Amino acid sequence: MSGPRLKCGFIPLVDSAPVVVAHEIGFAAEEGLDLILSQEATWATLRDKLALGLLDAAHMLAPIPVATSMGLGKMPARLDALLVLSVNGTVIGVSRALAAKLHKIGAPADFASAEDIGRALIAVSDRKMRFGVPFPFSMQVELLHYWLSALGLDASQNWELRVAPPPQMADAMATGEIDAFCVGEPWGSIAVERGVASLILPGAAVWRFAPEKVLAVRHDWAEGEAEIAERLIRALWRAAKWLGNPANRVTTAEILAREEYLDVAPEVIDRALSGRMTVTPDGGERWTENFIRFYDGAATFPWRSQAVWIATQLANRTGVDPAEAARIARACFRADLHRKALSAIGADLPGASEKLEGALDRRSPVASSTGEMYLGPDCFFDGRIFDPSDI
Amino acid sequence: MTEDQSQKLRIAVVEKDRERALMIIDGLRAAGDHDVTVIGDETGLARALSNLNPDVVLIDLENPQRDMLEALTVASSPLERPVAIFVDRSDHTATRAAIEAGVSAYVVDGLRKERIKPVIDAAIARFHHLSRMRAELAATKAALAERKTIDRAKGLLMKARGISEEEAYTLLRRTAMDQGRKIGDVADALVTAAELLK
Repeated sequence: MSGPRLKCGFIPLVDSAPVVVAHEIGFAAEEGLDLILSQEATWATLRDKLALGLLDAAHMLAPIPVATSMGLGKMPARLDALLVLSVNGTVIGVSRALAAKLHKIGAPADFASAEDIGRALIAVSDRKMRFGVPFPFSMQVELLHYWLSALGLDASQNWELRVAPPPQMADAMATGEIDAFCVGEPWGSIAVERGVASLILPGAAVWRFAPEKVLAVRHDWAEGEAEIAERLIRALWRAAKWLGNPANRVTTAEILAREEYLDVAPEVIDRALSGRMTVTPDGGERWTENFIRFYDGAATFPWRSQAVWIATQLANRTGVDPAEAARIARACFRADLHRKALSAIGADLPGASEKLEGALDRRSPVASSTGEMYLGPDCFFDGRIFDPSDI
Repeated sequence: MTEDQSQKLRIAVVEKDRERALMIIDGLRAAGDHDVTVIGDETGLARALSNLNPDVVLIDLENPQRDMLEALTVASSPLERPVAIFVDRSDHTATRAAIEAGVSAYVVDGLRKERIKPVIDAAIARFHHLSRMRAELAATKAALAERKTIDRAKGLLMKARGISEEEAYTLLRRTAMDQGRKIGDVADALVTAAELLK
């Protein structure tokens, strides 16, 4: 293959599917790109390699490019998000001991009621709860902060975060290092398979439309190689569209299951793809609508309001000026490049690049280039609405 | 913070494997006389680092604890301060060289580049050496494992078909060539199938 060679890093997760599919099903090749995938061991390594130019692009937790551009973390650098690779797709799980206590007090086991199960969790925990998360800059951390602080739990008093790479979350639970976790699939299901955890909520129950992973590149690269960046956006958008077709679910699970990707049984991967989760070690099943989304509802669009939401949360916790953080975040989510790349192939695009976050409690029509776009639902569990123009 | 050039740097090396840790310490001698501490027990890493209060932390790039270290660079609430303010103070080229060698250096904010550079350079040299050794060891192990599987497959064929060792090997090699597979893979498939048929 003679086209530009792009090295794209990823972490083994179900939501790495768009980059894997772009490579395996040939959407990258269709755009004349030689997409080389490189599995990385940790999020920090993935970010460092991208920032230093050892990778050209990366499958990345949505808050990483925002935080890194804000100067947070070990390696400050300007990173841009070209598109959202996945929406939702995480789970919150608890240890068997906590699950037994929840069961005893009759806590809801519907895998949906964020408020009720949250209050029950507070009622049964008799010490500072330790939550496992994949990285300090992650949607998992943001969802936990949002959920627990809305329920009145103070981050420094009542609970704390413990960081572990996703594939090691089950181990951390097994050795008793954590009492609960919020992690991307399939690693929550793997903890259930190993009999060390029960799942109590999908991440989507806290925020119905949370941007989970983005495709990140260096800002300088996006500017200097804009034409290649646009081809990359189109390749991944086509991969997302392919993933959005339920007929491709089984193929997706089989590809991701391979040793060079997740190296996990396809049946376990399919749980997230179908939204039919096994939530307890004894096999209890729950179905969640929109458990993970790749395409539907303009899922790939890098809404600047999503970036501002992330930046505001980070700024409030770290003492950075929220207005400055919002300015950086807006520049980081490249709605402009996304629009330019996709309008060239007649894709339907939303009319605006910012929206209220959390305002839609059902699927709703919005203005778009072809006038046929539906967004949402995107509400938060407590009904709050985030207006980015307030920041 | 005032810096005294002659003052020793406190360096923490996060490494479970004792042999590797000793080799890294040995390599760091080239960088001058510093206080080097190895943290082998990774479960209490945050606490160990907070007690030690190091100027530099060196950690294998593949070490899953890296993501935990990252958490020490941010405060958990506006009222708290981060445990340590780590940044990368070495220049871009040096950082890139370090990452390529397989080591990540966390340097406490405020230290001058000139003081850090010899340490980073020594770490790069040592980690290059270590990753080469690791690659060689993995290759040797894989070759040994494959030879064992081929031997078992040969044995199975000799018994089942009453042929000599040389004929068994020829058969394996021919099958591999016909199917465009590696001889080790064919042997592995045969051994697995034989186990299932027991």
